[in-house]
Amino acid sequence: MPGQTITEKILSRATGHPVRAGDIDVARVDLAYVQDGTGPLTFRQMEKMGLARAANPSRSVVFIDHSSPPPRKELASDHVYLREFADKTGMVLSDIGEGVCHQVAFEKFVRPWDVVIGADSHTVMGGAMGAFATGMGSTDVAVALGLGKTWLRVPSSWSFHVAGHFGRGVYAKDLILKVIGDIKTDGATYMAMEWGGPAIASMPMTERMVLSNMAIEAGGKCGPQPSDGETRRYLREHGRGADWREIQPDPDAHYERVSQYDVSNLEPMVARPPQEDNVVPVTHPSVKGLRIQQVYLGSCTNARYEDMKVFCDYMKGEKVAKGTRLIVTPASKEAYVRALQEGLFQILLEAGATINSPGCGACPGVHLGVPGDGENVLSTTNRNYVGRMGNPAAFTYLASPATAAATAIYGVITDPRGM
Amino acid sequence: MSVGRAWKFGDDISTDLIAPGRYYHLRSNLPELAKHVLEDARPEFAAEVQTGDFVVGGRNFGKGSSREHAPVIIKLAGAKAVLAKSFARIFYRNCINIGLAAVVVDTDRIDDRDELEIDLERGVVRDRTKGFELKFPPLPSVMARILAEGGLAEYIKNHGDLIIART
Repeated sequence: MPGQTITEKILSRATGHPVRAGDIDVARVDLAYVQDGTGPLTFRQMEKMGLARAANPSRSVVFIDHSSPPPRKELASDHVYLREFADKTGMVLSDIGEGVCHQVAFEKFVRPWDVVIGADSHTVMGGAMGAFATGMGSTDVAVALGLGKTWLRVPSSWSFHVAGHFGRGVYAKDLILKVIGDIKTDGATYMAMEWGGPAIASMPMTERMVLSNMAIEAGGKCGPQPSDGETRRYLREHGRGADWREIQPDPDAHYERVSQYDVSNLEPMVARPPQEDNVVPVTHPSVKGLRIQQVYLGSCTNARYEDMKVFCDYMKGEKVAKGTRLIVTPASKEAYVRALQEGLFQILLEAGATINSPGCGACPGVHLGVPGDGENVLSTTNRNYVGRMGNPAAFTYLASPATAAATAIYGVITDPRGM
Repeated sequence: MSVGRAWKFGDDISTDLIAPGRYYHLRSNLPELAKHVLEDARPEFAAEVQTGDFVVGGRNFGKGSSREHAPVIIKLAGAKAVLAKSFARIFYRNCINIGLAAVVVDTDRIDDRDELEIDLERGVVRDRTKGFELKFPPLPSVMARILAEGGLAEYIKNHGDLIIART
């Protein structure tokens, strides 16, 4: 039998027989989760189907993260329903203050070789663990929770082979923005975006997560990566060393497409509104020097401890520019506690930042940093659609934490390499 | 077969345009949320759409989040189907799961307010205003079955399980 991609390997195991790209099959689900924006509909569908139980309660998680703590009574009442349903079914509850679903799932639940189905599109971040992780709608996740399985078509794979060394001030966020700019927001629709090559092998897990997280921004079904020594290190660091298992694609695996990138000459990138593929280097005249009213350091894409550390390395001893505000929302309690313990909050607060409790914060436009009419936001998040951050009359530019820090200091979009 | 008027939208209609985040608190009140469907793309749509009309997009319709509320409120507003040159993966699957037909067809020649006639079984869209026909491929059999039964929840109620043949 010819070789398999990472996706084909995981799905062969989960379906119980060898599968190929294009096959339609039923797969066992190893982890399923909802968040507070999608969970209420999921649970109402479970009740409607007569499936108001969890096939695997300890591997079924309810995250309260998108409106956390709730800014309105309707959302607070959704949370009441979610907590009651979790209690009734024995599902795990990750309540307010714990953090963004994908980040907390990655820290505590996702394992190499898992099939992960989440009712949120950025579930794809689990691919960085060497898992098959994909987002689905509420009814699909209702079935995954209730029956412990899902149906799917095995996606064909697009190999992204990455070589070279990142220069100072350039990060995985710049690479993924460059890739999305090249292949566009629907370039990888229905496909697995599989990452590999020496630059991935030497990349810390928290950077790999950025690449898998934004697979959906190119339409990808998943963003798998090998599970290797770095994966093992990350799991051990999180007290889960026993969860580690290796996964690599076969050398003769079939890829529908192959793209080569060399990051050595990569520049910091910025995605302009109104979507993630409208990408230019930070030096481009359309963004360089552009006035920014709000810098947002948050989301499952770029608000881990490591992101805040990069940000603070630039920000230490500096102040946020007059006319610009800085809002920071750590992605998880783990990130929050470590940033606090290691003095990052001191740096941020002295610079003039506002720090929110862990969660999605301003990213999906519910609360905690909705921009005003005509304002520009430089954000470390993953989407910049019209209305994404809660105001269709505001403009969001996506960039790395380093670019965000340089921009906060000067109040205009600034190349972090000059600092 | 169904007949209705086309509401034409452009490329890259995101789920944030269909179900904006600022109405997050209405997600458990879908009839109220439906009053804001596609508000940031065409503010008049929610108030003027008639039962049986069609939403017609361009490329990559429904890109972005997994919110199933997006196709649900298009359906609640009265639209009979969504036609587009291509769909984002999660949105497409959500449409079928909630019993809303999603048709992949070249929509370039269809203009706003054209009267359309759609035959899902034969795979034909007829533009009555302009007098041309477009053919579209059938759904994969598993999705056709879910749609025919009214959506995934009804399918599971009927069968109690995912009865899906490997192909």
